[in-house]
Amino acid sequence: MLLIECPWCGPRAESEYRCGGESPIVRPADPAATDDAAWADYLFYRDNVKGLSFERWHHRFGCGLWFNIARDTVSHRILAIYGITDPRPVLGPGA
Amino acid sequence: MTRYSAWSLVRAGFAGQRTWGPAWRDATPRKRYQAIIIGGGGHGLATAYYLASRHGIRDIAVLERGWIGGGNTGRNTTVIRSNYFYPESSRFYDFSLTLYEGLSRELNYNIMFSQRGMWSFAHDRHGVEMLRRSVNAMRLNGVDAEYHEADEVQRRIPGLNPSPRFPILAGLLQPRGGTARHDAVAWGYARAADSLGVDIIQNCDVTGFDIRGGRIVGVQTTQGDIAAECVGMAVAGHSSVMAERAGFRLPIISYALQAFVSEPLKPVFDTVVLAPSTGTYLSQSDKGELVIGSGLDLFPSYAQRGSLPVLEHTAAGLIDLFPQFSRVRLLRQWAGIVDVVADSTPILGESPVKGLYLNCGWGTGGFKAIPGGGFCLAHHMATGEAHPLAAAFSLDRFRTGALIDEAAASGIAH
Repeated sequence: MLLIECPWCGPRAESEYRCGGESPIVRPADPAATDDAAWADYLFYRDNVKGLSFERWHHRFGCGLWFNIARDTVSHRILAIYGITDPRPVLGPGA
Repeated sequence: MTRYSAWSLVRAGFAGQRTWGPAWRDATPRKRYQAIIIGGGGHGLATAYYLASRHGIRDIAVLERGWIGGGNTGRNTTVIRSNYFYPESSRFYDFSLTLYEGLSRELNYNIMFSQRGMWSFAHDRHGVEMLRRSVNAMRLNGVDAEYHEADEVQRRIPGLNPSPRFPILAGLLQPRGGTARHDAVAWGYARAADSLGVDIIQNCDVTGFDIRGGRIVGVQTTQGDIAAECVGMAVAGHSSVMAERAGFRLPIISYALQAFVSEPLKPVFDTVVLAPSTGTYLSQSDKGELVIGSGLDLFPSYAQRGSLPVLEHTAAGLIDLFPQFSRVRLLRQWAGIVDVVADSTPILGESPVKGLYLNCGWGTGGFKAIPGGGFCLAHHMATGEAHPLAAAFSLDRFRTGALIDEAAASGIAH
């Protein structure tokens, strides 16, 4: 069971949350000018990192807040929690 | 290699069963092969076997990071079925099931395929409609399927709770579905491939690729560099990691899918059940353990262990259907890392690197696809053309939009 620190509610159990996938995923600014390969890349292709991963989470059965988590996908250790529009934090070695 | 038969068993019996040799050689890599397969799971070993047996290519190495069959091949719930919706999927998975039906004989290795039938349930009116639609689709696609009302479901499935929290209104039965011994599938393919000259190399991690002019010429491994004319990759949940080493990305997200087994019981359950509403799979192994499968832990993971909330959810769903199992103790719990794609349809065929072929995207259902996946990848690697059964499974479908959306269409857990 992950214990996730909601920026609004504080530490809550994993089962209150939903993972919204990699973050940030930026929609191409001009869809009409984006070719099929780039559009597929935006829709489907992911880094799917083994190790440090940046992802969006939603406090679905709580306050409803969306926020970002930096998490290790092997150890499941949460290394940083930051706002939904904040840039990815720079995490040094051993973070 | 000793051919397994009643006669060889009796003969070895006179020598106290001490004359059996290893079923395959633990090879050390040579400098060059015609073909390399990355991943010594079911799909990788099957690919090597079909390359050797169907296409006469015997200069092959299978490179496995750990031990063969130690990844998802050894971590699934051993269910074999072909209850899909779209023609492309039905054709492919039914072909795979057909290969399974003849596999023990073909490999001369008992994979213990038991066609005990597989059930899935509907718990509400909409579920019933979806179930009828599935049965009709399967039949139109030439796959055996039976629709049964509630009383028939209750009559046929031993020990099913007559009044569960979510009532069972109907069931879909695929009589040809069943289970097989998962290790035996890997070992049988390994033994058969080895006897045709394939080198199986364990404890050999592929750390990089040699690519010249957009074409693969070899791989770098923890046991040295190996040159190859073509390379197939069948590494399931680690496909994105391997693709990154070759310089491209894949439309895959890796999740942990967990399963658990109970202590061994006397034979109490002679079929396979899937309750989609709880994501619970149940069957009983020949050793007597109840084999229980879960849904996904719904966050990306490369840890081969499942989280407790999903285990609790699955156990609750199981006990609702079979209350008598509430006092059965669980013996082991584990997870495999599965390669999930948006449309729950595999990726088979070319990658962005020439000569590097993909076998991935099986998601939560790779075990039943082992013979078909290996067969079609071998065909593609040997001939340079997609096998007709797998032509629709190309990576390019994500660009063209020709997705085969089984995730939404099939009444199965993904």
